[in-house]
Amino acid sequence: MPKPFDKLSAVAAPIMRTNIDTDVIIRIERLVGNGIRGTLGKWAFGSLRYLPDGSENPEFILNREPYREAEILVTGPNFGCGSSREGAVWALQERGIRAVIGSGFGDIFFANCFQNGILPIIVDKAVVDGLAAEIELTQGAGRIGIDLEEQTITSPMGKTHRFEIDPRRRDGLLKGLDEVALTLQRDDDIRAFQAADRNQRPWIHFAGKQA
Amino acid sequence: MEQPGRTMLAKIWDQHVIAHISDDTDLLHVDRHLLHDLGGSRGLLDLRSRGLTVHNPELTFATPDHAISTAHGRAGTIKIGLELLTALRTETSASGIQLFDVDEPGQGIVHVIGPELGLSLPGCLIVCGDSHTCTHGGLGALAFGIGSSELTHVLATQALIQRRPKTMRAKFEGKLPLGITAKDMILALIGHVGAAGGTGYAVEYAGSAIRDLPVEGRLTICNLSIELGAKMGMIAPDEKTFEYVKGRPYAPQGEMWEQAVKAWRQLPSDADAVFDREVVIDVTRIKPQVTWGISPEHVIGVDGHIPDPAATSDPERRAALQTALDYMGLTAGAPIAGTPVDWVFIGSCTNSRLSDLRAAAEVARGRKVAPGVRAWIVPGSENVKRAAVAEGLDKIFTEAGFEWREPGCSMCLAANGETVAPGQRSVSTSNRNFIGRQGPRARTHLASPASAAAAAISGAIADVRMMER
Repeated sequence: MPKPFDKLSAVAAPIMRTNIDTDVIIRIERLVGNGIRGTLGKWAFGSLRYLPDGSENPEFILNREPYREAEILVTGPNFGCGSSREGAVWALQERGIRAVIGSGFGDIFFANCFQNGILPIIVDKAVVDGLAAEIELTQGAGRIGIDLEEQTITSPMGKTHRFEIDPRRRDGLLKGLDEVALTLQRDDDIRAFQAADRNQRPWIHFAGKQA
Repeated sequence: MEQPGRTMLAKIWDQHVIAHISDDTDLLHVDRHLLHDLGGSRGLLDLRSRGLTVHNPELTFATPDHAISTAHGRAGTIKIGLELLTALRTETSASGIQLFDVDEPGQGIVHVIGPELGLSLPGCLIVCGDSHTCTHGGLGALAFGIGSSELTHVLATQALIQRRPKTMRAKFEGKLPLGITAKDMILALIGHVGAAGGTGYAVEYAGSAIRDLPVEGRLTICNLSIELGAKMGMIAPDEKTFEYVKGRPYAPQGEMWEQAVKAWRQLPSDADAVFDREVVIDVTRIKPQVTWGISPEHVIGVDGHIPDPAATSDPERRAALQTALDYMGLTAGAPIAGTPVDWVFIGSCTNSRLSDLRAAAEVARGRKVAPGVRAWIVPGSENVKRAAVAEGLDKIFTEAGFEWREPGCSMCLAANGETVAPGQRSVSTSNRNFIGRQGPRARTHLASPASAAAAAISGAIADVRMMER
């Protein structure tokens, strides 16, 4: 069940490269196994964060102060494209990230964020670029504020930007709703649909069993 | 007033609505839920930890593909891969879910076996914890990848909450030139619209060149939907589709077959259906495609030159191109053909079906893999493997110096430890050339099976049209 999200004021790190895919966010070998939860934070952005000898890459933003403390990522276009691996969201979360701001995200990554109480915010590219520029200007000292109830972002230099979000998603995050439990409340509907559908489309429900 | 035309997406979507959640969001029925070894047992264990059971085990099917070795006898499967296989066996058995296990007919890459077994059908809503689930759209299904949380949701409820996507139609028009394949068509589209061109859309592929494609080619087209950002891709079912599906083990038979086909004929988009976006590709101009960079949108014709960052004025784009060139170890402005390769991988849910192996074998027959190149053939399923052996394709490959492997995902995503070494260059028939996709610091060029075989023989990226007989 996701933790509720309402307000956040935190250090934000810009990761502005286009098409940061979920393989780059977390490599596959970190995700093979059933006991991986809790082990992923140190491997987030592994291929950018560490040099081939395993030491930290001093150039990578999350290895620099004050961005080590970042809870918000300001991202380039199409962040989180590629694989459906929810481990990408888990890795960000375990690294301390609570919100990502960008002009567009991979569809599956976007959905996975909400499932884990991470807020993905879509705003115009000009707003994203402006936030990244202000972070640079204030050298990370200026925090970004997010108010989900009000649907606003406050930039490091105090400008306010409104963002749009699906009201259902917003409500789910504010309350930390468990989608499985909510859907199970509709189990009568599901069973009624299936009963009718067995007549309509029997081939769906009796796969390989009619012979 | 006349009803406006409806898209295939709308028709299939509406058939699956259990309940409206909000204006554009519905609770949808899931007809087929496919599980694999990487996330399947995790989902089932998660379900149990919540005190829940599988809602419809008879609509859920499982197979190991991601983490098992593709060496003979599955030798060298990594320890954690074996643990996942054991867990998948235990958990599917406990929940009454059918498992297609290793060495059994039916095992294979989940997106190969769905269509092959007749589990995936036109008009079906199919999900799987894997982004390439869009593959099944090639049969006229509504199929998409989901994350781990959604996977648990489907196990518990046989339903999923989804927001209706926008619709895009990509029309491929014209007669496909000799030597050009479905893989080249879809890579060309990705090059045209970009890796985010389809984000937020369900894409329907249409046009004369799509109608001309055999079903396996259509599966390849839909497979790469996610690489243009669209989690759903689909192609209208037609007589070819019905012929493909008919007689498969889990396909309807007899009277139920007639009933199903009648329903499936209603699925194609109406002639006056309106799409939110339309794209048209003239296939007569498509060359064999090969990627040069770190996103599938970094794609050019094999007779093309590697882009020069200096030639672009947009600083962001220039930096992106330079990052890609540096990672790939390529020279701006150089021809892509002739770039030496260390590895060739023919396999993956994109291109590991019998027709893919035949196309590669046609190039390989009577030739030899270039010295210093390692070339693998990894069939998509146990059934593909057996069919290929029955017609002697394995012999053609092994005589040419290729390694003939067992079915699985293998080096496409290297989850099972089968990797391209750091700094080495691979031509791969898979779907992602991301940084480190085939192993840390591995360099991947995506291409068709015929082009990949041509690279293996030439020891370098090569124009397969020069090698065809």
